[in-house]
Amino acid sequence: MSEGERAVPGAARSSLPPPALEMRGITKRFPGTLANDHIDLEVRPGEIHALLGENGAGKTTLMNILYGLISPDEGEIRIDGEPVAIRDPADAIARGIGMVHQHFMLVPVLTVAENVVLGAEIMHGPVLLDQAGAAKRIRSLAEQLGFTIDPNARVEQLSVGQQQRIEILKALYRRARILVLDEPTAVLTPQETEEIFAVLRRLRDEGASIVFISHKLDEVLRIADRITVIRRGRVVGERVPAATTEQELADLMVGRSVSLRVDRGVAHPGEVVLEVRGLHVRDDRRHEVVRGVDLDVRHGEIVGVAGVAGNGQEELVEAIVGLRRPSAGRIMLRGRDRTTASPREVRAAGVGYVPADRQRYGLVLSFTVGDNCVLTEYRKAPYARGVVRDERAIRRRAEELIAEYDVRTPGPGVRASTLSGGNQQKLVVAREFGDDELLILDQPTRGIDVGSTEFIHKQAIAQRDAGTAVLLVSADLDEVLELSDRVVVIHRGRVVGEFDAASAERERIGLLMARGVAA
Amino acid sequence: MIAAVRARLASWWRVATLPVLAIVLALAIAAVIIVASSAFTGTGFFPLLPIYAYGNLFAGAFGSDIALNNTLVAAAPLMLGGLAIGLGFKAGLFNIGVAGQFLAGAFAAAVVGSSLATAPVPVAVAVSLVAGGLAGAALGAIPGFLKARTGAHEVVTTIMLNNATALLLAWAVTDLARAPGFTFPRTGDIGTSALPVLLGRNLHLGVPLAFAAVFLIRWLLDRTTLGFEIRAVGANPNAARYAGISPLLIVTLTMSLSGLLGGLAGAVQMLGVIGFYASGISASVGFDSIAVALLGRSDPIGILFAALLFGAFRAGAPLMQITTQVPIEIIDIIQALIILFLAAELIVRRVFRVRARPLEIEGATTVTRTWAEGSVRT
Repeated sequence: MSEGERAVPGAARSSLPPPALEMRGITKRFPGTLANDHIDLEVRPGEIHALLGENGAGKTTLMNILYGLISPDEGEIRIDGEPVAIRDPADAIARGIGMVHQHFMLVPVLTVAENVVLGAEIMHGPVLLDQAGAAKRIRSLAEQLGFTIDPNARVEQLSVGQQQRIEILKALYRRARILVLDEPTAVLTPQETEEIFAVLRRLRDEGASIVFISHKLDEVLRIADRITVIRRGRVVGERVPAATTEQELADLMVGRSVSLRVDRGVAHPGEVVLEVRGLHVRDDRRHEVVRGVDLDVRHGEIVGVAGVAGNGQEELVEAIVGLRRPSAGRIMLRGRDRTTASPREVRAAGVGYVPADRQRYGLVLSFTVGDNCVLTEYRKAPYARGVVRDERAIRRRAEELIAEYDVRTPGPGVRASTLSGGNQQKLVVAREFGDDELLILDQPTRGIDVGSTEFIHKQAIAQRDAGTAVLLVSADLDEVLELSDRVVVIHRGRVVGEFDAASAERERIGLLMARGVAA
Repeated sequence: MIAAVRARLASWWRVATLPVLAIVLALAIAAVIIVASSAFTGTGFFPLLPIYAYGNLFAGAFGSDIALNNTLVAAAPLMLGGLAIGLGFKAGLFNIGVAGQFLAGAFAAAVVGSSLATAPVPVAVAVSLVAGGLAGAALGAIPGFLKARTGAHEVVTTIMLNNATALLLAWAVTDLARAPGFTFPRTGDIGTSALPVLLGRNLHLGVPLAFAAVFLIRWLLDRTTLGFEIRAVGANPNAARYAGISPLLIVTLTMSLSGLLGGLAGAVQMLGVIGFYASGISASVGFDSIAVALLGRSDPIGILFAALLFGAFRAGAPLMQITTQVPIEIIDIIQALIILFLAAELIVRRVFRVRARPLEIEGATTVTRTWAEGSVRT
């Protein structure tokens, strides 16, 4: 399809071919919730269509229906104007639908080519794979999309951004014309995001239809041709980027007026709470990833650590909270040496910690919400008297936290695994925020929606204003700049720059993050 | 109130569905085996034989006071052994060493018991039981510590320790602890250390002790901070560490407690039934306990019922063999089939069209998880 024929938003409808994909009145009920309530969605050929909504709004359910993973209770799906029945992913693939999941479905030890052809192998006779043929097709597909990839590289050696492109290749290899991407940028750095956007634009220009699921407003405005906003299972609006704003989209998505900017007064830093000196830490593979870090965090200030993921931030935090023993250097909490303290001792010294990986560290998913609410305090009164746990006190505490932090759950008795990602995060935050001396937030809003992010940011500021020392680590530079009173840039395990929030220049910090030098 | 009871029953049934169906399926297939094998025995081909066999099995297990007592006596060590395995499962540990811990417990109880053979009953019984429990605990602590410290997989170390224990005790009883005056190597009489008989001919103190242990372990797991720690380490060792729990300590402690229960199983069997330790006493309780824990889904109450069932099999089998000539070994086949169906629960779901309920099968998932995972990071 040529550029001239491409669906231009707002163009006269009569001149358009039938929509590549039409979903009409899709309804799906789950016990207790209406996940999709008569959702209409129309995606034209050569269009990037964003599906915007908070976690749990029903975006993923809708796309799983499209991909045949779940069946709708009501509604109709049309492809190129023809009604179709999609019973399973094989049907969906046959209809030209491709899906790139948030969590990649790749086999790490296989090569790029092997992953791409997996399940759709070209055979060379009855038993042999036509590997050369597959590699050739993958190369040419990648070329079409404007990037190069070695089909013989093993997937585990590739960056996250490259892995995602393989997922896209996988779909295109199966001749997908309708490509669904579920939160594709959640795991990418800003540079990788730009690269994937370039690929998507190119695909669109060649006539493919792309459904881009996201809750990131700026990205949606940059990449989408049209935006459908859903809230609580219903379509609440359709917009084109030229005629809307981040604020309008956020309000539509959340259903009330939200503040995208964090309101905060001036910090009044007090005495030093956390003092890190010459810290060296090794990762699990015994590589030194923190190499001589000095860091101070004072009462009543938020210190943000900016850096591309994997530059030692995680290990730095793990060392501070006692989960990882430093190989050299010193960690002092309020003047006392805590370099080799256990996690329990660190907690007892008044440190709250929201870990980057809530499912791995923050929660025991098979435990109830109530048990998770006291996961770090289960030994203390009133949750335990001696060795006997007090279920009633635990329940009361859980109900308090659920109400105060607006955790959406049927109650303290359900398993934490039943909560959505944003609500799991709120649960961790609810538990960790309190009267701490030091609060460590590692990627506190990663993968969660605008409403919850706003809430968590406000709470973090409130903690600061109450005198807590806050250490914020985030791969999201905007978040660091918005919340922090001081910004420290980390690159390859070293602090390469320190700024006052007022004088911090975004560009300069971006360069420091990427290269370690600002020139 | 009634609604609450109904909800409770429904949730029990949800958990019990698969084990019950596995039992039904195992009995059905064993019935086919009984019929098929009848063709080659004195009875001749006899399609109704399974009904008679199972009837007599039931009568032998529950048909009289004596039968009932036999069932309870056979179930007691299985309950303790099942609890040992189940407790390990809760912490993500597969203690195959219950067989060895059972032997160690039996040996220690026999040796201490015979040396206290003339002491007052309460002292003799209590000290002998404690000795058995401690011997098992010591044996459990070793693989626990190795796992926590070095990541050595407890399945491997406990299997090796089982062999080492059996051989070490064989030497000990022929040399170190051999009692004089007997024609074969054995320990001395236990005298007043024998568990007092409470009811009938053989229902000894070990039976109420085993029942008490069930509720004690249940209380430990559900109501205490230690139980919370054990479950947290089992469900997510990373989150446990994050929360300030020391997996190293909990893994070692859980294996010790598990070994304690295994040792108590041996002590109860020794002081209540066997009476003296001789080389070659059966450690089958150790392995049957694994079956009991799996069937009971690692839940103490589930283990109680599973142990009663397996105890009933053991108690009823002799009557079945005498009256119907169906050999006792059919019980081993039934038990094996039950485990097979529990492991291959997909087959059971297919046959009975039971829908899958993820996250319900704690015991089973824990086992696969422990196999998959290596050490606990410390």
